Amino acid sequence: MSEHIIELKNVTKYYDDTLVIDNVSFYVNKGEFITFLGPSGCGKTTTLRMIAGFDLPTSGQILLNGKDISSLPPNKRPVNTVFQRYALFPHLNVFENIAFGLRCKKVINTYENDSGDRYTKKEKLTKKEISEKVRKALALVDLEGFEKRSISTLSGGQQQRVAIARAIVNEPEILLLDEPLGALDLKMRKEMQIELKAMHKRLGITFIYVTHDQEEALTMSDTIVVMADGVVQQIGTPTDIYNEPSNTFVADFIGESNLFNGTVTGEREVRFCGKTFQCVDSFEKNELVDVVVRPEDVHMCAPEEGMLRGKVISVVFKGIHYEITVQVGKFEMVIQSTQSRAVGEEIGMNIDPDGIHLMKPKYTSNIFDGVITKRNTVEFADGEFACDVTQLYPGSRLNEEGDLVTQTGEVIDPTGAEVTVEVGMNDITISDDAEAGGTTGHIISIIYKGDHYRLIVRTEEEEEDFVFATPDLWNENDYVSVIIPPEKIKLTLKRTEEAKS
Amino acid sequence: MIKKCIKATYVGLILLLLYAPILLLAVYSFNEVDLIGTWGAFSLEHYAKLFGDPVILEMIGNTVGLALLAAALSTVLGTAGALGFYYSKKRTRTIMYGASQIPVINAEIVTALALAIAFVTVGLEKSYFTLLIGHMIICTPFVVLSVTPKLKQMDNSLYEAALDLGASPTKALFKVVLPQIIPGVISGFMLAITLSLDDYIVTSYCKPSGFNTISTYVYNATTKGNAHTAETLASFWALTTIIFVIILAVVLIANLVDGKKKEDRT
Amino acid sequence: MKIPRISRKTLGIPYAVFLICFVIIPMLIIVVYAFTDQNMRFSFENFIEFFSDPTKLSTIVYSLVIALLTTCFTLLIAYPVAYILARSKMKKKYVLLLLFVTPMWINFVLRVNAIRELLNWIGLLGETNYFNTVLGMVYDFLPFMILPLYTTMIKIDNSLLEASADLGGNPFVTFTRVTVPLSMPGVLSGITMVFLPSMTNYVVSDMLGNSKITIIGKFIETYFGTDWHMGSMIALILLVIVFATTALSGGFRSENNTRGATI
Repeated sequence: MSEHIIELKNVTKYYDDTLVIDNVSFYVNKGEFITFLGPSGCGKTTTLRMIAGFDLPTSGQILLNGKDISSLPPNKRPVNTVFQRYALFPHLNVFENIAFGLRCKKVINTYENDSGDRYTKKEKLTKKEISEKVRKALALVDLEGFEKRSISTLSGGQQQRVAIARAIVNEPEILLLDEPLGALDLKMRKEMQIELKAMHKRLGITFIYVTHDQEEALTMSDTIVVMADGVVQQIGTPTDIYNEPSNTFVADFIGESNLFNGTVTGEREVRFCGKTFQCVDSFEKNELVDVVVRPEDVHMCAPEEGMLRGKVISVVFKGIHYEITVQVGKFEMVIQSTQSRAVGEEIGMNIDPDGIHLMKPKYTSNIFDGVITKRNTVEFADGEFACDVTQLYPGSRLNEEGDLVTQTGEVIDPTGAEVTVEVGMNDITISDDAEAGGTTGHIISIIYKGDHYRLIVRTEEEEEDFVFATPDLWNENDYVSVIIPPEKIKLTLKRTEEAKS
Repeated sequence: MIKKCIKATYVGLILLLLYAPILLLAVYSFNEVDLIGTWGAFSLEHYAKLFGDPVILEMIGNTVGLALLAAALSTVLGTAGALGFYYSKKRTRTIMYGASQIPVINAEIVTALALAIAFVTVGLEKSYFTLLIGHMIICTPFVVLSVTPKLKQMDNSLYEAALDLGASPTKALFKVVLPQIIPGVISGFMLAITLSLDDYIVTSYCKPSGFNTISTYVYNATTKGNAHTAETLASFWALTTIIFVIILAVVLIANLVDGKKKEDRT
Repeated sequence: MKIPRISRKTLGIPYAVFLICFVIIPMLIIVVYAFTDQNMRFSFENFIEFFSDPTKLSTIVYSLVIALLTTCFTLLIAYPVAYILARSKMKKKYVLLLLFVTPMWINFVLRVNAIRELLNWIGLLGETNYFNTVLGMVYDFLPFMILPLYTTMIKIDNSLLEASADLGGNPFVTFTRVTVPLSMPGVLSGITMVFLPSMTNYVVSDMLGNSKITIIGKFIETYFGTDWHMGSMIALILLVIVFATTALSGGFRSENNTRGATI
């Protein structure tokens, strides 16, 4: 096993009162190219900033070569960063930018005095040493002769190279790269990807790379850490992450995929899209699962030869392949193939067992903590919903005054009772009209599941999530109100102190 | 075309009205007689009088000296303040920016009165020191106002980049942050000078007796009228003209330099 | 856990202390004086006296009328100037703008003195005190109105005006339905920058109104010599007016504040 150069142990980070990193633990092997991948706001940059020392973890530890560096300031860490927008000093020229770190550095030199005693001295680098190092660094990034140029005269790609040279000239143990290619155009980005990868090989140091571009992550990394919502979703090699995503988020975020709800029908057998398929993952019989099928794993054939049959509804040419969408009953299946089909054509489809990947679903129903209010409604997730309070006490009913009467005729006031609220994934609808529902929030995630969308709506104050299925297409970040029919709100009393005693 | 003419005439007319009083004084400052409306002969007498009067010269010196000192101190205080507030927690930042805005929004007379009463309450005699404090209260918020946008414009990761490359926080501040905000610091300094030169109300409340700036001297000479002859008043015409010419020159030069810079860039 | 904090924040401490000592505490002292009597006992007397004394109230009303007139005239004159300058296709229009702002840099009292001499020459000095005061204020505060108006108008995206024309709006409609609403932030900040000084800056009213006009600012000054308690109360009332006006016009957003701004 290789050594762990960086290790995060239960790191949690709050900005003011917002949780951005939620109890994250992982390690980085010495010399590897590791990528933090995730959508914006997932916490990947914050994690990088904590390793660099710009942000301190609220709790938890960061270890560098086994030593706790959680509270070490950035100027004392053997780590250098290539910033998102390069952060080159506009008032200094290329040479001075690269020499900046060298000028701050002190090295320990050993001397011998006349009597032969050896002693050490902390000294700054000499002018000659500095200019030699800068020249080498510039050569490494193919910018020989650029020393005197001012930053504003450089192209984006050249600035990028100067930023890299400025970081690696200090010979850091770890190079941190915060979306370094984000500002470059596509062609430039591809070239730089190859160069960075080559540079990583040549320097032999650890690269920690942050990006939201899944293709970039897959191409360059030895290891990928997929993050979302401040939580690590999956860690693995690019191949693992692509072929064996651990949940629907990863499957949807990395590459194209068809996602379906399925049921395990037997040993290595799963039923979805109305058909039973052989698969390679083993789950308990009758368990509900999420099914991932990559578009390139769906093989087209003659209608009568396929397990599935459907009608082509759209064909898009994507350069190296065609993207064909097929209507299979009420489901949609996306296929990538080098062969084209005509719209309206009837085709058959087969999926090999190893093209079907099953995952334990992350969400099955929505559970909240709620409180019963005066009006026999329940308050949870920043809102107030009408509900049936009689379900709290078996056999109870409401009298004319709206008081709760138990089976034995006792009148009780459930106001203030703490309850657990459960709402099924198919019992929630949303509306554009902010007044229509019990609470409001923004749509934070949309995943297409063949015949419906799975949405997550997050409320503003308490940031509670509602996960549910809907046939309608919404847009991410839409502001919506959440509607739940009273009879669909399942309440159970929480055991209070009194009940316990 | 007619529209254009109307527009040009309107703008020209307003400009003319704006400059009429100053031009009037400028013309008559070369008049032999110290009466506006009656032209004697061309003479530099008022200028001679202006530069010959030790009291007037002293108050000009006072004004300029005070402005330079107050502006310099305000610039240091305000720049440090802007940096400190900008990097503080959001709540502290909001509160401190708010406090800094008080003298800007507040009526000058209220600031002046509060300060004067406070000085008396703690038993502080009016002195050059109290006057300096008064001017700094007026100037420093504007330094903060002109430095803060530069901080906002600056890429925040520059400071972090400096730390990342091994610079200490102090070194990062002086070598990286300061060079980025220096235009704001300079314009803050210039603003502070103008505000200090211009001030009357705070000066009159905080100055020691016997000390005069152009503002207080001219105000007293015109409203109280005691012991000031028409000759003194006429020397103000010369003073106004000189200041006007200096400002015009500064504005023109600043513009030429700026225009040149812009041309160089393209 | 020890966390070494980067010391940038501490730079703000001297100014924070300065503000507390010389801005906050003096304000608090004023509040104390306003609500105490001559024996430094807590009392509402000053407050009641102020609002029950017709001469005091009429001074306030006069002052407000002068400020209102000044603001209206300044706006009426400045708006076309700012509009013409901002919409002009002239290459060096900023030079023109600069010409409008340049007088602002001449010492305030000397500038007022210049109008005084002009009025004296025409023969109005001492004759039409109210007119003179308003005229002087309009003259002096005009740049404060032109600047924010111009900076707001120059930011109006030309394509918005083109869009209005494209949708069938004639120049008048475009002006009233697009330009005017979009220039409102500038109007508001111009109004605050003119209205407040014209209520309080007594230099103009003293020098041009022949010391016959008392605006709120002057009023406070007269009490400074005699009764600090009443003076503080008036200052406090003024403070409330000022902050209320500023809050209403949204002037607390610091970027709006272009007073004394260099271009």
